[in-house]
Amino acid sequence: MISLQEVSKSFGNGSDRYQAIDAVSLDIAEGSIHGIIGASGAGKSTLLRIMNVLERPDSGRVVVNGQELTSLGGRQLREARRSIGMIFQLFQLVSNRTAYGNVSIPLELAKVPKADRMKRVQEVLRFVGLEDKAKLYPAQLSGGQKQRVAIARALANSPSVLLCDEPTSSLDPQTTAGILDVLRHINRTLGVTIVIVSHEMEVVNGICDAVSVMEDGRLIRTYQNNAGRAEAPEQERGQGYRSRRGSEESD
Amino acid sequence: MDYVNSVIQYLNDYFAYVMQYQDEIWQAIGQTFVMVGISIAAAILLGLPVGTLLFLCRKGQLYANRWLFTLLNSLVNVIRSFPFLLLVVSMIPLTRLIVGTSLGTLAAAVPLSVIAVATYSRLVEQSLLEVPKEVLEAASSMGASKLQMIFKFLYVEARSGLVLGLTTSTISFISYSTVMGIVGGGGVGDFAIRYGYQRFETEIMVFTIIIMIILVQSIQFSGSLASRLLDKRRS
Repeated sequence: MISLQEVSKSFGNGSDRYQAIDAVSLDIAEGSIHGIIGASGAGKSTLLRIMNVLERPDSGRVVVNGQELTSLGGRQLREARRSIGMIFQLFQLVSNRTAYGNVSIPLELAKVPKADRMKRVQEVLRFVGLEDKAKLYPAQLSGGQKQRVAIARALANSPSVLLCDEPTSSLDPQTTAGILDVLRHINRTLGVTIVIVSHEMEVVNGICDAVSVMEDGRLIRTYQNNAGRAEAPEQERGQGYRSRRGSEESD
Repeated sequence: MDYVNSVIQYLNDYFAYVMQYQDEIWQAIGQTFVMVGISIAAAILLGLPVGTLLFLCRKGQLYANRWLFTLLNSLVNVIRSFPFLLLVVSMIPLTRLIVGTSLGTLAAAVPLSVIAVATYSRLVEQSLLEVPKEVLEAASSMGASKLQMIFKFLYVEARSGLVLGLTTSTISFISYSTVMGIVGGGGVGDFAIRYGYQRFETEIMVFTIIIMIILVQSIQFSGSLASRLLDKRRS
């Protein structure tokens, strides 16, 4: 699904130059949840940004969905990015647009007709459990709700891949669990391949099928993590999702 | 009671006196509106793109280009540092080329528009600099083209600053327009100088200044209000 082949990236010039990513190769299976963990400065966020070529690697190839992104430029790359959703630690919503307006942006960029757009926005907002918050601005939402809007925005174009950059690092533990439930739900019901970058071991171990560990720009090992799949029986998970949603909205 | 009556009497006489010039006053107000209106149009149509380009050409931005940035940056600074009257005079040949004459209200609007573009573009650049860089990163990740980034992200996030900047600019255009009598531009300021100051009719001068105060106050009030209503960044 996602294949990184010998990608390297360095920043700065002369003596300030440092190797952020050093010849990393990684294959991420379709439909899996893959974690990337490491200390801050290990290069994990840069590696994630290489997957949709927000950072263009100095060398190596990036293949997503059978398409070699590193060979694309301009318009083709922009179109390829539409099938790769992305969410961020600080949500990065447009603060002068409502929740509805934010989710609508990727559809506007893709020039989807207005009627279809409305339907789709309501659909994804319902999916993340925020249909009643459509008219609120980000400043009126809690952290967890903002991240749900960001997730809805990333899902609007029905992507096949969702890249998550420290998605829960600015949230409290309870809200974190709620967001992880949403991500798991997306993976199970929509079959979206998810990549999560985090420095929190519990986050990665709780949800990921496979985990890669990074250190100083290198991938030092990748292990399978069965806990991600075997975790909490279906029924209990459903209840947890609902009750956490309830408690989050009351804050 | 006598005191109140005498104040009312005084005001009556005052208005009767001022109103003998009402045709001239209305004409002057009209000229100010033409000059300032054209400057505002220039600020929006040219100042906004120039300011956006100034921002985008900065190091690390979308169109990072040191040469273009240096060129625009110094051009804007040079125009803004000219003593305004000298800018007006030195622009006479260009004004004549554009409107066919160097005298009158339309001719006066030319140098005013030039200063308008320089003033507003700087304020546009400042407003855009306040937009968090992460918003543009999110835009890229969604596959936004450069134009979409500008219109769907930058301007949306910066809109209250853009409106406030235009308000501040408009008020300084009014201030600049008051000296346009030098090229026969007329306007409220010119009226105050010629009728009030040079003919020692202090009443007329005071009346005109009051008009200016009301004008500036109402522009500032509506600009601030609009900017506040547009700003959803804080709850």
